[in-house]
This record gives sequence, C-alpha cells and structure tokens, in this order.
Amino acid sequence: MPLVLKESSSELLVPPNRHQMPPPAPFRWRSEKGALNVLGIAVFILALAVPFITASPYVISILTAGLIYVMLALGLNVVVGYAGLLDLGYVAFFAVGAYTSGILTTTFGFSMLEAVPVTILVCIVAGIIIGGPTLRLRSDYLAIVTLGFGEIIRLTARNLEITGGATGISGIPSWSFFGWDMADGLVIAGIEFNGKILLYYFVALVVGLVGVGGISRLSRGKMGRAWKAVRDDEDAAEAMGINTYFTKITAYIIGAVWAGLAGQLMGTYLSAISPTSFTFLYSALILMAVVLGGMGSTPGVIIGALFVSLAPEFLREFAEWRYVLFGVLLVVTMIFRPQGIWPANAVFPWSPALAARRARRAKATEAPEDSAAGRPA
Amino acid sequence: MTQIILNGLFVGSFYALVALGYSMVYGVIKLLNFAHGDIYMLGAFVGLVILTAFPGLGAGATIPVLMLVLLISMLASGFVGVGIERVAYRPLRSAPRLAVLITAVGMSFTLEYGIRQIFGPSPQAYPLRVTGDPLPVFDAQLSSAQLVLMVVAALLMAGLGLYVDRTREGRAMRAIALDQRASTLMGIDVNRTISRVFFIGSALAGAGGVMAGAFYGSVDFLMGFTIGLKAFTAAVIGGIGSLYGAMIGGLILGLLESFGTTWVGGEWRDVFSFACLILFLTFRPTGVLGTRVVERM
Repeated sequence: MPLVLKESSSELLVPPNRHQMPPPAPFRWRSEKGALNVLGIAVFILALAVPFITASPYVISILTAGLIYVMLALGLNVVVGYAGLLDLGYVAFFAVGAYTSGILTTTFGFSMLEAVPVTILVCIVAGIIIGGPTLRLRSDYLAIVTLGFGEIIRLTARNLEITGGATGISGIPSWSFFGWDMADGLVIAGIEFNGKILLYYFVALVVGLVGVGGISRLSRGKMGRAWKAVRDDEDAAEAMGINTYFTKITAYIIGAVWAGLAGQLMGTYLSAISPTSFTFLYSALILMAVVLGGMGSTPGVIIGALFVSLAPEFLREFAEWRYVLFGVLLVVTMIFRPQGIWPANAVFPWSPALAARRARRAKATEAPEDSAAGRPA
Repeated sequence: MTQIILNGLFVGSFYALVALGYSMVYGVIKLLNFAHGDIYMLGAFVGLVILTAFPGLGAGATIPVLMLVLLISMLASGFVGVGIERVAYRPLRSAPRLAVLITAVGMSFTLEYGIRQIFGPSPQAYPLRVTGDPLPVFDAQLSSAQLVLMVVAALLMAGLGLYVDRTREGRAMRAIALDQRASTLMGIDVNRTISRVFFIGSALAGAGGVMAGAFYGSVDFLMGFTIGLKAFTAAVIGGIGSLYGAMIGGLILGLLESFGTTWVGGEWRDVFSFACLILFLTFRPTGVLGTRVVERM
C-alpha cells in the first residue's frame, strides 16, 4: 500500500525532536520475548525442583519419558513446524539412534558418550538417503516415503541378527563420564541422588539447554528464517535467492539427528529396546503433539508433547479411547484452529503487541476508504 | 515360475483396486488420502458385520453371496468415503497442503482406532471362504478363490475404465483433474464430482477389503496400513493420477513382490516393496505411464 509506506517513511525521515524525546524504556516484563524467557526459566527451575518435591520412582519415570517426548516433538517441530515438511516416519530416526547406540554399547563395548558421534553420523546418512531424493519432489511424496521408511527400519530391526530380532536389545548401559557411572548415583550436600533421578536431570538439561535454547535460537537465525520462507511460499523463497533444496534437507537432517539423540536417551531410559517400540503409532503421536500444541511454536510444542505423553497417565479410564480422541482432535484442530493451542505468533493478553496488532487490524479495515480519499484526483 | 507370476498377478490385482482410489483422488484434488487404506479395512469389516448378522450366508452358495456382500460393503464404504471428504477435506480445500495432509492422517487414525474400539485389537475370523477345485494353468495351480477374485477385480476395473472414458460424469472428472477452475467456469458441479470420485474410489477399496477378508480368512483393524502404503507405491510406479497407470502399477508391484519374496525371503517382502518405492521416486518419479510432474508445492 503506497500510502502507508509514505506515511511511515516520512515519520522516519523527519523525527520532530528525537533527542528530546527518548523512546520510553520497554518494561522488561511487558516485552513479549522477555516474558517468554522468564516463563521458560521458571518452568525449567520447576522441572529441576520436581525430585525435591516428590522422588517417587513412578513420577520420575513418567516425567523422564515425557521429557523425551518433548525432545522428539521439538525435533519434529523443526521439520514440520518450521520447514513445513510432513514427516510421518519420524520415529524411524528415533529407532536408528536407539539401535545404533544400543548395538555399539552392548556388542562393541562403546561407552554412551563415545556412541554419540556415531549416532549423529548414522542419522545424517539416513536423513540424506531418505530426504535426498524425495525433497526434490512435492512435499506429499515426502510424507508417504517417510511412512514407508518408518516401516523399513522397523522390519529391518526385526529381521536382522545384530538388532536382536523381535526381542530386541537388552542391557543397555547408562551414561558414564570419565570413569563415573550415572547409575552409581551421587551424593551432594548430604542429599542422595539415585541413577533414575540423575538421568531425569540429564534429560531435562539436554532438552532445556540444547532443545529449547538451541533450536529456538536456530529458528530465529538465518537458517530458521529460510525454513519459514520455504514453508510459506517455496517459489517466492527461491526467487529471493534461497537454495530451497539445501534449506529443506538441512531442516530434515537436524530433525533426524535430534531424534537419534532422543533415541539414545530412550535406550538408556528403558535399558531395553525392541521393534514394537517404534511403530507408526509413535510417529503419529509425536505429530499430534506438534500439531495440537502449535506448529512452529516452542511453548506450544512442549505443552502438546506433555499432553500426549502424560494423558494416558491421567486418563486411565479413557486409555483405550484416547487414540480415537487424538485422531478426532487432529481433524478438529486443523479445521477450526490450525495454529494450535499456543500459536507461534501468540502474545500475552497484557502485551502491548496485542494492542498494536488490534490497531493494525482496525487500520487495515479502514484502509480502503483512506487510500480512496488520498488518491490524487 | 508360472506359479510366482500367477501369485504376483493375483496380489497385484488387489493392489490395483486400492491404488485406483488413491490415484483418482490424487488426480482430482491433488491430495494423498491417507485414510484410503483404512476404508479398505472398513469395507472388510462391513462385510464381516453382514456375514455375522446372517450366519447362514457364509455356508451357502459362495459366489452369489460374495457378490451380495461385496455390493453392500462397496456402498457402505463409498458413503463413508464421501462423508470423510465432506467433513474433513472440503472445509480445507483452499488451506495449505500440509493442513489437509494432517487431517487425512487424523482421519486414518480415527477410523483405525474406532474400529479397534468396536471389534477389539485381535484379528477376526472371516466367515466366508471361496472353495472349489484348483485350476491348473501350465505347470502351476490357480485356486478357485484366486480365480474368482481376480475376475471380480478385472470386471470392476473394466467398469471403471468405461465409466471414466465414456460417460458424461467421467468426462467431468477428467476435466477437473486438468483444471478445476476452468471446469467450474464450464458449468461442472465440482463439489459433486469430487464426492463422486470419493465414492467410487472408496467403493473399490471396500471391495478390495472384502475380497482380502474372503481370501486370507481374517481381518484386523491395522490391515489397511500396509496395503495403503503398497497401493500408494503401486500408484507411484504406474504414474500417480493416471487411471491405467494405477492398474498397471498394481500388477507390476505384485509381480515385483512375488519375485522379491522368492529371491530374498518372505520376511523382507515389505522392505523390498518400500525400497522399490524409494528407488522409483529417485529415478522415475513420474512412473511408468505418468507424463509430467512440473508443478510443485
């Protein structure tokens, strides 16, 4: 709209008395990003405080599993939410990570830490094999090829000798750092932390620092903006000089590696893995976490993942019906609220950004008369 | 050798039946209908309900009974398909493609686990078997069940071919596949035609489901998942969006699988077919009969 452009540019060019009127210092609590950061840190501290509130093995166990779900959902959010690629076999990379680290630690005597680089490498290779050919095609093909890939991985794990066939791998060790094993527990200031709680802390740390911190920073950087541009309009993005193929495959591989690492943590958590842990059901559940929470929104995805993973614990009597409910929710969400519970561009009710958005919307509805009036005769 | 080819053609005719629905829907509204495999499953269960409601049916003359059950299941699954399109896909027709794909996954999930809630997670025995003496073909055997089912599949496909090529409604479908907006301008009722496509595609899938139940003797709520993937593979091999491509693709996939099973062993069968899918997409994404894939997302 040329008129609006002119208005704002004249304001920019001729600040009446810029020096006398410094802009009001933004109150930290009311700025959107600041408030989110504070909220995030508060939730993180709460998560760290949980073992002090209740150290019951059941609570710690479901929370660890919930955090691993959060980790997976954050990774899938990169692929689906930021880059707009529908991955229906996400759990395949989870399986690749779990099996790679499981085989390396049980058969070849690697420590968990030493297995990390190999897991990353294997996931990158798997991501290139699947993403390489299909990302050149329309995005629907990716969806169904990933679906097929998920089945290939599961069936291969079931058929091969080294993956333990249908029974899988058991006796996966816990993490050890420089001779100290996590399973031994730790005593700090007279408080004893057992192996399970330490694993919970470890997962929370990975999810909180690398997952939430790292991935949300990544999404705001150059690569993240390229992902979103490709998601919104691939042709326009290409015209802007973005290498769309490279951008898509980067998102895909980052998602793959992250899922592989989550799989490695899952292997430690369960200490035994089998092909039945990696069916399509889990890929669909993670996708639901991302879609229900809000595609592209970190807080939304965390809420979604916790909902999907903890719902069966709270809805025991509904346990059987929950999959039907999830399916219906998926359809209803896409039709009535495609942005999810916590949309990516959400603002707090007290935020000045909301007032600004309202004002902009009001202006946009008035705009036609404005431009008609302002047009030179 | 002949036996392998016969088995391949038989399995392939199933794949072709299901792939037709995939391909038609894709051709008309460019949507991968993930719920399609589950409609196949639904068709099988509708047949199961009919057969258990009238226990005398399965024991009587098999071929007329099969035809009757087939017809009712086709109608039922056709209407379910139309309903799904109306409820889940039509409101999102102008939405981003990702939204519709996710809805399709949700729909598939709802169908699978809805059926699981009703019939339970364990496989159900199918009270209808086609029996009779096997027919010798060269040095191989073609069981009468295989023969009957292959003939039925061939008739259904021939009927569909005539319908799409020769009738007014078929011409409307082809027009929408070419250019939806121009078809609207030419006075074609687009919504109605799309509903019709969903009806036909779903009815064929439902028929496939009943036939699979009658042949394998048991049905379960996840039976549509693998066949959905296989049918998509068949549609891609033949060239997605092309009617005859889907038929040929189904037969090719059936043969590939039949030979693959003999070479690498039965436990690798599904891995082999999905690997074929990935290879085809890598080297010839337009399929055997497909002509162009110029459009992008």
